[in-house]
Amino acid sequence: MKSTLLAGALLAFATATSAHAQAIKLADVAELSGGGATVGTNWKNGIDLAIEEINAKGGVLGRKLEVTHADSQSNPGVARAQVQKALDAEPYVLLGPGYSGSVKVTAPLAAEAGIAQIMGGEAAELTQAGNKFLFRTSFGQQSSMPKVAKYIHDEMKAKTVAVVWVNNDFGRGGRDVVIKELDRLGSKVVADLSTEAGQADFAADVGKIKAANPDAVFVYLNEEESARILKELKRQGVTAPLMGETTLIGQKVIELAGDAANGARGHVGLTTDAPVDLIKQFREKFSKKYNYVPDHNGLKGYLAVYMVKATTEKMGKVDPKKFADTLHGLTIKAADEPGILMDVTFSDTGDIDRQSFLVEVVEGKQVVKQVLPKVK
Amino acid sequence: MSNLFDLLVAGLATGAIYALVAVGFTLLWQTSQTINFAQGEFVMLPAFLMLAAMHAGAPFWLAIILGILLSMILLGLAFKMLLVDPMMRHGVLPLAIATMALAIGLKEAVKQFFSAEASPFPSIVPTGDIFILGHAVSLQSIGVLIVAILAVFGLTALLNRTSLGHQMQAAAQNPTVARIIGVPVERMILLTFLINALLVALASLLITPIYLAKFSSGEVLGQAAFIAAIVGGFNQVRGAIAGGLLIGVLDNLAAAYVSTQYRAAVPMIFLIVVILFRPQGLLGRAEERTV
Repeated sequence: MKSTLLAGALLAFATATSAHAQAIKLADVAELSGGGATVGTNWKNGIDLAIEEINAKGGVLGRKLEVTHADSQSNPGVARAQVQKALDAEPYVLLGPGYSGSVKVTAPLAAEAGIAQIMGGEAAELTQAGNKFLFRTSFGQQSSMPKVAKYIHDEMKAKTVAVVWVNNDFGRGGRDVVIKELDRLGSKVVADLSTEAGQADFAADVGKIKAANPDAVFVYLNEEESARILKELKRQGVTAPLMGETTLIGQKVIELAGDAANGARGHVGLTTDAPVDLIKQFREKFSKKYNYVPDHNGLKGYLAVYMVKATTEKMGKVDPKKFADTLHGLTIKAADEPGILMDVTFSDTGDIDRQSFLVEVVEGKQVVKQVLPKVK
Repeated sequence: MSNLFDLLVAGLATGAIYALVAVGFTLLWQTSQTINFAQGEFVMLPAFLMLAAMHAGAPFWLAIILGILLSMILLGLAFKMLLVDPMMRHGVLPLAIATMALAIGLKEAVKQFFSAEASPFPSIVPTGDIFILGHAVSLQSIGVLIVAILAVFGLTALLNRTSLGHQMQAAAQNPTVARIIGVPVERMILLTFLINALLVALASLLITPIYLAKFSSGEVLGQAAFIAAIVGGFNQVRGAIAGGLLIGVLDNLAAAYVSTQYRAAVPMIFLIVVILFRPQGLLGRAEERTV
């Protein structure tokens, strides 16, 4: 009797283990609360949508995808602990975090474990530290900021520029590259203003911009702070044209800032308003499932999962050790893998090359003014 | 110079809101020795009550009325009866700690039931500029300043010119004697809690369009108002008003002329200086309690 029970238990255990082995486990650590909640929630929803789609079509190489979500609370210290916990469960690939500061402190952990990390951070330095396991889902600042500086100089014809940035890894990284580029092109930086993450009151900063009277203002803050400074710029009647990145003209910023966002321009690596059919379809599916229009972070999360799918199918097997090697130098074409949305090439450092967009907020909507082609 | 003028106006507008919140602090302290560390969260919550009413389909004006009424019930009546009264028996310190716990509870509840993300909030003052002495000043700043000043004047008139106000003063200064001469002390204390709830709801209505509705937005406000109350004088309503305006202006000038990184430190340093050299606050009086 005892042996029958034991055999039964063993059989049940074996069945459970094999069912478990069938699924490919992904681990996501994102900013689900705190200052980056907008970023993390979009990212998470994008991941869930992609996984649902892929599983509905039979999974990757016949195996379903499974993901666990953990909250970094937008805090690098918590992110590190959550990533360590996620890595202990030996995932196939690590997804996230979205904040550069959190990526910076978690990347060495993933690299040490030999697990590829597909993240949302955009700080230039992230992919310059020789980490062989780190991959971007969007442009790094070293790719986007030169385009921004060129636009401010050539198209906005600004001879003087005020630069407002958030004092963290993301803000400092962008500020360093853009100021260097503006200087090279001959536009003078007349105000260089650092602000704090989570800052509520921008009256003094906007006062300084007003006093400097620049031809253009470059705003490089996180989403909520961008909305607050846009309102304050309007409140104090600053009329100089505003230029930024995705974080200045994202959906959430437009929703929060209302009228004050009108006229702001930004260089955007990814936007759900892009004149690309596959992106339009993504936006429709996402809005239908979650009842709101996603921002670029929703796209990033979605793309991260399809990067996993395309790379795994390229290898022809689920091999976490070879994953990073395979993705380096890989070009994924949207014609072969529609989930990747636009043709993309990954460099040896994990940076990406893809077409990008110049967007202006017109009457509360993102309008794509120019499409900037892939570099190579 | 125009920069300084802009900074002063913006600082006064923010300071007026700090003053509203700080006045509530001092009122509660005067009448019931309650140090309310959840005061910042008390400012955060009414905006969410108003947003919830608007999501349920109420127009903005109705949402404001509902929000204020609900605030008075939750943050006035329920706060006093369910938290202050039972905890007061154990002394000032356990009550202060209980209000800290309440602050965490309120933040987490809003995060849970609403969202961790910021939400936009409509403004009662239209956007646009008016010109004062040749300077463009935003209507929003002026509107905030006017509403806050009216509220403070209204409160001062209530306290100094009406029988009700005199009874409240008596209840605060010497509850035992007040009871003997027939002042309903308990009711007066409840009234200060309701007035505090009204003030924070008003502050919420004024500040949220600028700071956005977010579960964590009370942290900065609570701290600023607390500093304002101590700097001005914890036992004087006029002290709290002066403290609020001073901290608002000081914060803005510090951000502009010292450094954005150290802007939060400047009011703190000022607080330490005041505590060292004038512990009763700039307008406070030692060993005295009035409202």
